[in-house]
Amino acid sequence: MTVGVGKKRVAICAVAQLKNDPDLWHTRFQGMLLEILEDLQRQTGFRYGEGGVEQIVSVSDDFLDARTISNNGVQDVLGGQYLAEEKMAQEGLNAIGYANAVILSGHKDVVLIMGHCKESQGESRNLITNCGFDPFYGRAVGLDYLNAAGLQARAYMAKSGLTDDHLARIVARSRQWAAKNPYANARETLPPGKVKASPMLCDPIRQLHAYPVSDGAVGLLLASEERAREYTDRPVWITGFANAMDAFFFGDRDLTSNFALKKAAAKACERAGIRDLKGAADVVEVMDCYAYQQPMWMEGLGFCGDGEGARFIDEGGPGKYRVNLSGGALAGNPMIIAGLYRAVEAALQLKGEAGDHQVPDARCAVAHSTNGPAGQFHSVLILEA
Amino acid sequence: MDDLNQYQPFEVDQHLTAHGNYWAGRAGSRFYRALRDRRRILGSPCRNCRKVFWPPRSICTFCFSELREMVEIGPLGTVETFTLVTYAEPVHPRPAPFIYAVIRLDGADTGMAHFLDEVEYERVHVGMRVRPVFAPQRKGNILDILYFKPL
Ligand SMILES: [Zn+2]
Repeated sequence: MTVGVGKKRVAICAVAQLKNDPDLWHTRFQGMLLEILEDLQRQTGFRYGEGGVEQIVSVSDDFLDARTISNNGVQDVLGGQYLAEEKMAQEGLNAIGYANAVILSGHKDVVLIMGHCKESQGESRNLITNCGFDPFYGRAVGLDYLNAAGLQARAYMAKSGLTDDHLARIVARSRQWAAKNPYANARETLPPGKVKASPMLCDPIRQLHAYPVSDGAVGLLLASEERAREYTDRPVWITGFANAMDAFFFGDRDLTSNFALKKAAAKACERAGIRDLKGAADVVEVMDCYAYQQPMWMEGLGFCGDGEGARFIDEGGPGKYRVNLSGGALAGNPMIIAGLYRAVEAALQLKGEAGDHQVPDARCAVAHSTNGPAGQFHSVLILEA
Repeated sequence: MDDLNQYQPFEVDQHLTAHGNYWAGRAGSRFYRALRDRRRILGSPCRNCRKVFWPPRSICTFCFSELREMVEIGPLGTVETFTLVTYAEPVHPRPAPFIYAVIRLDGADTGMAHFLDEVEYERVHVGMRVRPVFAPQRKGNILDILYFKPL
């Protein structure tokens, strides 16, 4: 039996997010999490222990926190003492996949997910992502997620016909929407001309094509169908989740094929019983850390044909399919939890609580995330009202 | 949140340094010895998949069979994609600006990112033929290839 078409269902009952900020230097991540926790408790009145939250899934990264066992440092704030607590460090959206499995298995009924990340804390996030490569070849030549994205961007732009002009329009649109989202990091509007005039970081990626350094924290309360109404009148149902990983060595991969994303999307749709995601989704949140990734990931999700990213932008695809009305990752979410921010935005849309960027009567939402260099690993979450 | 002016928050400097040794593996050990001592580049063939991998490895990426054999590949290769890095990080072995390219060596089916030099950036293109420049004093790491340059 596949998840989502069985009898049991899992609900996202409540979500909370901290405003993304370029440098929360005066707050420790524990303090950021406390704000999220108190927000969720105000919304739901949840308690810990038997009959309440019995399990916590935290999301953080040792290298970004500059300590080992990063969850150890936040255990008390999360209420994790004497309870089950596990850390997801692969990529935040997978905490929802994991919590979903915990509840569907009948192991626990109510699970709290809490994620944090301060990209500003280290000297440079590129030093962190350099360690995402193998120690013999990739790290040694100085690869990081940014220059790996540069190598992918050139290849994908050649395949899809995307130009510097398209990228500028993608960034300008992201900022227009971010201005309507009080939680976004970069909220000032940006004309395409200014994007095109920004300096190159790693050609063809310009400074304003890359997501700004961001600090943030996010939380979600999940419950089984039987228990969800204790916490909310508007549950959002998890109907599909899947992930997939491409080859470990960068040079083994076809950088333009969307291999892992296509696999993850197909599996998530199968679980949700959706044949045509393009027709079913009312809102889509993709993790576009760099401008070229928005059309590329949309292609991987099946919203346009292979190599049709430029046409997708020219034909107004992002508006038509209501892509990243939060501003997206381009407007600034920290890595590790940018996928959770996607899920929070998707859930708010389905709850009708997305404020100035609300889509009327949204029934089905897609949240996407990626980690690893140049989209090595992808996750897809399908939510329904 | 607290009134920042009232208590004047403070940050402390943190610095983590950790040197370590990492076994290069069976294939990696042979690869690095051949590179250091003989200026030869080795890849790992999978007879099952009819593919030759670079960097070399002990397990096939596709069929998971054990790879014990190694074959010489290159030294000539082809640029698959490239970028000009114009930002600086302490982990970069070369000062910016520099060119990275994914290079597929002749006889290999996979590429590896390495440096491209002795070429104007405007001349670099996908499909460009390149050859390695070896370091005069080789130490047994991937930087024993200093960079690639056009034929
Ligand atoms: Zn094989």
